[in-house]
Amino acid sequence: MSAPVIRVRGLVTRFGAQTIHDGVDLEVRRGEILAIVGGSGTGKSVLLRTILGLKAPEGGTVEVLGRNLAGLDDEARRPVLKRMGVLFQDGALFSARTVAQNIRLPFAEHTDLDHRLVTQLIRVKLAMVGLPQEAGAKIPAELSGGMRKRAGLARAIALDPDVLFLDEPTAGLDPIGAAKFDELIRDLQRALSLSVVMITHDVDTLCAIADRIAVLLDKKIVVGTLDEIRAYPHPWVREYFSGPRGRAAQTGHYEPDPDRKDA
Amino acid sequence: MDADRTQRGDAGWARSRFDGSAVLVALGGRWTLAHARSLEETLGRVDTRGAKALRVDFGDVAAIDTGGAWLLHRQILRWQEAGAEIGLVRASHSQTALLDRMSIEGESRPSLARPSEGAIRELLIRTGEATVEIGREAYALLSFVGAVFSAWGRAWRRPGRIRLTSTVFHIERIGIDALPIMGLLAYLIGVVLAFQGADQLRQYGAEVFTINLLGVSILREIGVLITAIMVAGRTGSAFAAEIGTMKVNQEVDAMRTIGLDPMETLVMPRLFALAIALPLLVFFANAMALAGGATMVIVGLDLSLPQFFEQLASAVTFPTFLIGLIKAPVFAVLIGMVACYEGLKVSGSAESVGIHTTRSVVKSIFLVIVFDAGFSVFFSRIGL
Repeated sequence: MSAPVIRVRGLVTRFGAQTIHDGVDLEVRRGEILAIVGGSGTGKSVLLRTILGLKAPEGGTVEVLGRNLAGLDDEARRPVLKRMGVLFQDGALFSARTVAQNIRLPFAEHTDLDHRLVTQLIRVKLAMVGLPQEAGAKIPAELSGGMRKRAGLARAIALDPDVLFLDEPTAGLDPIGAAKFDELIRDLQRALSLSVVMITHDVDTLCAIADRIAVLLDKKIVVGTLDEIRAYPHPWVREYFSGPRGRAAQTGHYEPDPDRKDA
Repeated sequence: MDADRTQRGDAGWARSRFDGSAVLVALGGRWTLAHARSLEETLGRVDTRGAKALRVDFGDVAAIDTGGAWLLHRQILRWQEAGAEIGLVRASHSQTALLDRMSIEGESRPSLARPSEGAIRELLIRTGEATVEIGREAYALLSFVGAVFSAWGRAWRRPGRIRLTSTVFHIERIGIDALPIMGLLAYLIGVVLAFQGADQLRQYGAEVFTINLLGVSILREIGVLITAIMVAGRTGSAFAAEIGTMKVNQEVDAMRTIGLDPMETLVMPRLFALAIALPLLVFFANAMALAGGATMVIVGLDLSLPQFFEQLASAVTFPTFLIGLIKAPVFAVLIGMVACYEGLKVSGSAESVGIHTTRSVVKSIFLVIVFDAGFSVFFSRIGL
């Protein structure tokens, strides 16, 4: 088995006197979809920001693609950043630029390809995330929430990253849109052999596409497959999966994906 | 059988082999975006001798991403256009899946750029739009003024609904917090005026009239004007940005749905606070500017403090002082209205907050100076 794409060791996060994470260990394997869940205030977003290198940890180490981002200077960080893609909650598209210009940014920053080829690649990315070509000329304010997410995803996968980070990808989408978005993520993950780390509240997403689940509980993290986590004896986990939403999601369309093992 | 070997090594390579009428194009290496330039060349150099049946062999491809797949897809399309049948050999499931995703659905390719007319047309359109916009703007501002006055009327009838806490809070921010910077500014302007005045008047041996110059210009014009400009920059911009950000966060919409009137909760307290704080600030600024002038006069012209006051009293009458002060509440309402109006006009993005904040400052300073000119004409007509 190849080295994990992300390795978090003994992570400690503190805000003043308040400890959010106390010794969190997490490994993300190549080619898997790992979902991070947890109640409000358990530090899901902070964990993501720490992995992305946007926040320095108070203790422990975080390695992404074998490099410790916190210890690198800007110049050394660039090649690692190039191999990561992030979809923020509402897309975080740059509001003054069109969708196409947003997708062009990573190309302009990290490659020296000629304008025409990049334009063609932008068209491919738009098609890949299921956006009509017309959306490329629009500014984010002219798009619906779901389209903004797709546009954000197109920007995130612009450079074919190794790891894709998703912050609540289905939040704010209607159930049909959310299911389609899940499908899209699974699809892209396979086509581009991505490793995906996502924060989610959506039990449907967990059941439909997550290979493994990491639950933030009492400042620690518990990682396992859906079945293992479901059997985990903790009141929050039990409530999470046995609530009406959790039950509906599991009796619904859970597909085990036979051909996922090769990745 | 012959081989046309192109680039090898880390970057992807392509090699064509001829076997009778069939041609096999063998691919290998890394077909990734990082090598896009050399891949483009490599593909351009693949010689198929116009074969009608092409087989593309993926057996040695070490890695392929969207960039490589797109270049290959583009080349395959070209070969197909030239009339060749294409077959894929030894392509893994994921490689074919990736290639399949390259076909951009529907052949229509609308431009990715914002649609644009010609330069001259664009200029005409913008001029026209700007003209119409000015009219619309004037109308909107006027109706905002109307709305403010009707809210004001309502406040008179039901004084209980005036937000006292909020008003006091804003008075503190506009007035008390501005005292240090306002004081320093006014003091320095007093010094500068006295210095320049004394310099000129010395030529006629009339240095003592520096004090007349100081008294009249500061009390009538400079004090109130400087204060108003300062407040427009310091407070007007803050108002516009605050209200604008609330607009972006939909807080203003939330207020409306709860039944709170933004006019009553956001605009009126700020206007009342400005109307109270600005005259006080003007008074303070006048005093500080005179103090600055006095310092200069006493040090530079060898006059004593009582002499300064004596001369000042002979030069300045109570109406002079009042003329300056009476403009303050008018300017206050101008600044407040423009700031709140621009704040409420913010829509959507962070960029919009910036635009309207800038506009609020520019407009309110402009209006303050226009009104000041109007006041000057008016007061001189009625002989004051």
